Amino acid sequence: MAPADVTKAHDYGILPRLWPLVALLAIVALIALSASFAPIVLQRRATQGLINLVAVVGLYVFVGNSGVLSFGNVAFMAVGAYVSALLTMKPTAKAVFLPDLPGLIAHAEWPTLAGGLAGGSAAAVVAFLVGLPLMRLSGVSASIATFAVLVVAYIVLGNWTAVTGGQNSLMGLPAYVDLWTALGWALAAIVIAFVYQETRSALQLRASREDEAAAQAAGVNVVRHRLIAFVISALLSGIAGVLLAHFLGIVRVENFYLDLTFLIVAMLIIGGRGSLTGAVAGAVVIAVLTELLRQIEIGFQIGQTTIGAPPGVGDVILALIMLLIILFRPNGLAGGRELTWPFGRG
Amino acid sequence: MEHFVQTLVDAVSVGSLYALTALGIGLIFGVMRLINFAHGELITFAAYALLALFGLPTPVMLFGAIVVAVALALITERAAFRPLRNADPTTLLISSFAVSFFLQKLLILVVGSRLKGLDFLPTLGRQIAIMGVRLQLLQITTILVSAVLLVALTWFLRSTRLGLQMRAAAEDFRMARVLGVRANRVIAVAFALSGILAAAVSCLIVVQTGVVQPRMGLQLVVIAFVGTVIGGLGSLTGAALGGFLVGAASILLQALLPPDLRVFREAFVFVAVALILLFRPQGLIPARGLKERI
Repeated sequence: MAPADVTKAHDYGILPRLWPLVALLAIVALIALSASFAPIVLQRRATQGLINLVAVVGLYVFVGNSGVLSFGNVAFMAVGAYVSALLTMKPTAKAVFLPDLPGLIAHAEWPTLAGGLAGGSAAAVVAFLVGLPLMRLSGVSASIATFAVLVVAYIVLGNWTAVTGGQNSLMGLPAYVDLWTALGWALAAIVIAFVYQETRSALQLRASREDEAAAQAAGVNVVRHRLIAFVISALLSGIAGVLLAHFLGIVRVENFYLDLTFLIVAMLIIGGRGSLTGAVAGAVVIAVLTELLRQIEIGFQIGQTTIGAPPGVGDVILALIMLLIILFRPNGLAGGRELTWPFGRG
Repeated sequence: MEHFVQTLVDAVSVGSLYALTALGIGLIFGVMRLINFAHGELITFAAYALLALFGLPTPVMLFGAIVVAVALALITERAAFRPLRNADPTTLLISSFAVSFFLQKLLILVVGSRLKGLDFLPTLGRQIAIMGVRLQLLQITTILVSAVLLVALTWFLRSTRLGLQMRAAAEDFRMARVLGVRANRVIAVAFALSGILAAAVSCLIVVQTGVVQPRMGLQLVVIAFVGTVIGGLGSLTGAALGGFLVGAASILLQALLPPDLRVFREAFVFVAVALILLFRPQGLIPARGLKERI
């Protein structure tokens, strides 16, 4: 992976150093603002896009800084979704769907924000426990192990009928996530990811990404810093899961498995896994592209006939783009760089 | 007693199925440090080849499945992995992930995502009695086929020129090339072999389940991956052993766990794997030369 331009920014003043953050926040806020004038259908798509952005930024915090690919972050999304759903659903609804729930949770009816934060924290705690053994593995083995985490979460959540409803959907959770809630969390996620990657711990982790042996020789505790990144990454992923659940108003374990993993990983790879700019760019570009492909799948009205692509063609194209990117531009659209201060020395 | 033997045979047969899958993955990892997600799609496509050829004589169907899996293995190597030969393992992993999903989504686009019934070799479902114990013919077949393939592969790796080159390449790829091993040929042969192993797994699993669906390969491969990791990435013996243990353990748990915990058996297996890795992060049989020497 190309070394990021992190050190260069430190030679300038504080504003140029914060520039990637400011620029990304402004771009995302602008996109959301313009979407708020669009028809309701498009607004909902934009909301979904912002939720995906939170998920991609969450994945980036670990993958981008450690260089280790994680397939397990969707499992943390699922944990966040279920915890928040269980804490915020009306006790009457829970009595219907989950009659065997332990009393403490059965009677809980938390405010949505508290439920969301609990969801994110639960995901972080799970990541800490899971990460303790997994972060000791070498790069590729760790990636495979995170895939196992995804499978385990899917099996457990899909069969723990007393608490999650198993294969049945959890319905009737407050669908409070609109464009502005999603925007707020998206901005927060970008800030958290940026602040984290400016810390000493993240810098040490990126050193290990470039050369693990050299970093270890220089005294970097790779396992420890990977674990820190993994937990923060899971926190953001958990929040993304919370948002998705309360956006759809329904939690299904199927929604938190391979297809979502593929989508989130593809976004990060296409945007560029080496920088926060890449993560945001991937989420935005793929959201726009998915919308265009959806239009093509629906088809265009030409005279009396509709010409449309068969459903499912969008997924094939997305996979193909991801493949072409990794073959010809392995660091993604952003090329491992952050946005740079365009106004000369500050 | 009969139940005990039946469970044991079942565990060995499922274990050998996963050992074959893990071997296919381990072969490729050995020569090019690639964790091949698309191995699952080799299995899936071979199964769909069986479906497409259904009704023809059995040898033709088997041959068709092998041809499809080997051809697909060679095509993916040429198109997606050869250009990345000098890339880091994570880039290769992403590439194989993309190939896997591309093939899977393409298959769904063409044939749909619903599972289809395929009554392949129904005679293997019969039970036979060996020394008074009733066993399914399929389980015996699975164990025999796996044993034959394992012996054949060992013979190939130990006793042929190409096999020797492949082991050399797995040990130290650059050194092997310096000594005159042709990289393209060795890697292509490894992929072809993994295609044959995938086709064998595919036929056995189709007979066992009686259905084909676009995700069947990925489900197998994820468990086999875990097998290769606990066996020790880069070691073929480790891959076979790890795959076998994971498969056999899931069947034994199925038999030993109380009924309401059985659905969680894979979760238990993976937790056990995590515990093993806590004490042996390099796997049960660590590969030599995997860690960069400085």
